[in-house]
Amino acid sequence: MRGDAGFPVRLRFTKQGKIRFVSHRDVARAFERAFRIERLPLVFTQGFVPRPKVSFGLALSVGHESDAEYLDVELTHEPGALPAVAGALSGALPEGIDVTCIASLADRAPALQEAVTAVEYTVEAVAAYDAGRPSLEAVSDVVGAALASPTLVTTRTRKGREVVEDVRPAVRRLDVLGPTEHGVLLHLEVSTQPRGARPGEIVSALRAGLVEQRVLRTRQWIERGGARLEPLEADPRLSVLPRADSRVPEVRAS
Amino acid sequence: MSSLWPRIEPLLAGVEKPARYIGMERGSLRPEHRPHQASWLLVYPDTYEVGLPNQGLQILYEILNERDDAVAERAYAPWTDLEAGIRRAGVPFFSVDTHRPAGEFDVLAFGLAAELVFTNVLNCIDLAGVPVRAEERRPEDPLVIAGGHCAFNPEPMADFVDAFVIGDGEEVVGEVTEVVAAWKRGGRASREAVLRELATVPGVYVPSMYEVDYDGPFIAAVRPRYPDVPEHVEKRTVADLADWPYPKSQLVPLIEVVHDRLNVEIFRGCTRGCRFCQAGMITRPVRERPAEQVRTMVADGLRRTGYDEVALTSLSSADFSGIDGLVADLVNGQEGCGNVGLSLPSLRVDAFTVGIASEIQKVRRTGLTFAPEGGSWRIRQVMNKLITEEDLYTAVDGAYSQGWRRVKLYFLIGLPTEMDDDTLGIAELARNVVAVGRRYTRQASCTASVGGFVPKPHTPFQWFGQNGVQELHRKVRLLKDALRGSGAQLRWHDPEATYAEGIASRGDRRVGRAIEHVWRAGGTFQEWSERFDLGLWREGMAVAGLDADWYVTRHRNEDEILPWDHIRAGLHRDFLWADWKAALDAHGLPDCRWTPCYDCGVCTDYALEHVVASAVAPAGGSQGTGQDLRAGGDVPVQLRPTRVGAHAG
Repeated sequence: MRGDAGFPVRLRFTKQGKIRFVSHRDVARAFERAFRIERLPLVFTQGFVPRPKVSFGLALSVGHESDAEYLDVELTHEPGALPAVAGALSGALPEGIDVTCIASLADRAPALQEAVTAVEYTVEAVAAYDAGRPSLEAVSDVVGAALASPTLVTTRTRKGREVVEDVRPAVRRLDVLGPTEHGVLLHLEVSTQPRGARPGEIVSALRAGLVEQRVLRTRQWIERGGARLEPLEADPRLSVLPRADSRVPEVRAS
Repeated sequence: MSSLWPRIEPLLAGVEKPARYIGMERGSLRPEHRPHQASWLLVYPDTYEVGLPNQGLQILYEILNERDDAVAERAYAPWTDLEAGIRRAGVPFFSVDTHRPAGEFDVLAFGLAAELVFTNVLNCIDLAGVPVRAEERRPEDPLVIAGGHCAFNPEPMADFVDAFVIGDGEEVVGEVTEVVAAWKRGGRASREAVLRELATVPGVYVPSMYEVDYDGPFIAAVRPRYPDVPEHVEKRTVADLADWPYPKSQLVPLIEVVHDRLNVEIFRGCTRGCRFCQAGMITRPVRERPAEQVRTMVADGLRRTGYDEVALTSLSSADFSGIDGLVADLVNGQEGCGNVGLSLPSLRVDAFTVGIASEIQKVRRTGLTFAPEGGSWRIRQVMNKLITEEDLYTAVDGAYSQGWRRVKLYFLIGLPTEMDDDTLGIAELARNVVAVGRRYTRQASCTASVGGFVPKPHTPFQWFGQNGVQELHRKVRLLKDALRGSGAQLRWHDPEATYAEGIASRGDRRVGRAIEHVWRAGGTFQEWSERFDLGLWREGMAVAGLDADWYVTRHRNEDEILPWDHIRAGLHRDFLWADWKAALDAHGLPDCRWTPCYDCGVCTDYALEHVVASAVAPAGGSQGTGQDLRAGGDVPVQLRPTRVGAHAG
């Protein structure tokens, strides 16, 4: 929950190409520098080390790409035309990070981290151990069986310890989209609450000898009162008309 | 254009910090390579996080890419995980800018900032698919060049490096580029011919053009093989830093690195004359950047990079003429946007410094670091680090009274003439510092960090026999016992690493065999404590038939030919010897920036002068000169009107 002074803004941005190897935290630092380069009127925290008031959504794993990352930043006042700000920030950010949409936000809008309830990915999965291209039929069968099963157990490492967990509750959709050069392309939608699951964990839980090769986060969703909204539509500032966002995320095979 | 990226990318999924290898920093370039250009791969032979901030590399990267006849990219040593990956996949060492194979460059240029990176240089050459030994290279292989402070004793690396560049690189890289570009235009016929041509460029040392004669373990002579090859190689010096406002677009890394901030070099060179300090000896004279240029570089740099911290770098930043005014301007000015922090590395020990520090750190006063270096006044006179105890206690009192809680003190152990009383003086100083602090706060703490002293070439201590591993361990134990229950903490550098540094620091050509052995046995990243292994170094010396103690712990005589005597930093050998004798008598020597010239040789031989905007030392304390400088202007001063006039204001 943010304070009611100032002018909060929500951005959607991409993370594509080589920049996918940069961590969530380092992307945050790149944004802080871009805000300073573009001299945005930032609101700072009080305290020993004043930091700009920026909050990020769900972390994206190192190595994953995204068409739909979000962050909220608090400004002291409206910084001129918002689309121009988006363009300027893209120029100040590393290649592969582009601000694709920007909207001003209602005061006291819920923080992204709590508000987002589901995310979608396209995942390219390939055979582990160079076993050749997996057959589309076999993968479809495994996926069908997994969705029909009440549990989907995987082992994950948490703080150095192996933990057995059921990722089935987090899986909302899992579709086989088609073949890629070396593997298969999957579409995946997962819940983020009460506990999410990583695409790689779901792929390995299929027990089909597959590993994730390339992951693209395509969408994030806020579900509230039966409605399903993209984060930029969820909490518009009443004094400003929200920019309609009609861009349909494209499904890309790599 | 051949990019290895498609082959590197799949390997990055399994490595630590994959962003080390992607390039794409703000300020980086993806230059096109054209056939007439000399292509340089500038390599920092350590991890990306250590190498990226290196200012020397960044300066040359810009200067070379501004030239029409040159193109430059960067590379850093891959960590062991990626090294295993690229070796398994048959992928060669690569640049981070365009992921071009290192072997396709005309020049592989290494920055040698520390001796323990030497084995990484061999590893990078090997990963590039180039023979590690210079004599085995073919005309199609790149030229291997090295520079940086360790190039002032090039001999341990002479077997592996085709040409060394001694001193400031700003001007000489252009001259080397012209030779290399001409060689390339001529079809890269003979390697010998281009090396001979390079040997005639002032400041360039080509080891294969010199024959070394031995008399038993001693060097009898170092002789040029051809009449046009100079007998001595003199260092290069940029006369005026104002002509070189680089880096203009400092690189902004995407991951956290050391010194992760805007760095602006405010002066080069230092004449405090600390006898242990190689940097101070080989970078003379003092060349200040005009204050106005510093302000512009800070403002432009912050705007360009988006950093919120800037460091004003030099070997002793509080000595910059008018530093207090500059700091006040930067702290109070509206540079950049939001809150900009300022840091001054390498500060002197006195009240003036604390005053500046309190100007800078208005809010968060946690830790402050001082380097008295020696535990007793006598040993500090030997070192010519003329800080009085009063200087230190006044500084520390000022720090604690103004809200700092932690004071860190840096010391060297194993110094010439050092007795246990001198070593134990470190414990006494640390105890007294804690006592001063406790007057102000119960939380006052003090950490004493001690490092074993490694005598360095081109310093008055170059003749001194270093303390061995056992002796340094004994001194550390003395301090541990003396500090028990004192409230002060002790930290120390591994005496075994100090010993290996000693081998590489003052080694001759024969030591190259030992370095090669360490590398072949897997001894890379030796400056990383988890990777360091003195056993490999001892083994390497034995394999090479060399006595490690002869190189490390032996005192040298005045008439001994030292392996680096044919490399000149401008300091006359008789000046260094006289200063060594003065050290043994515990006689100090004042800073020639503010007192008359004692003719060390640098300014007179190279027709250089100090470039300083103020002819008097900054006010307050003894300024580490051992003199009473309270009045500020009482020191006899030789004015240099042209330079001062040119940069005043």
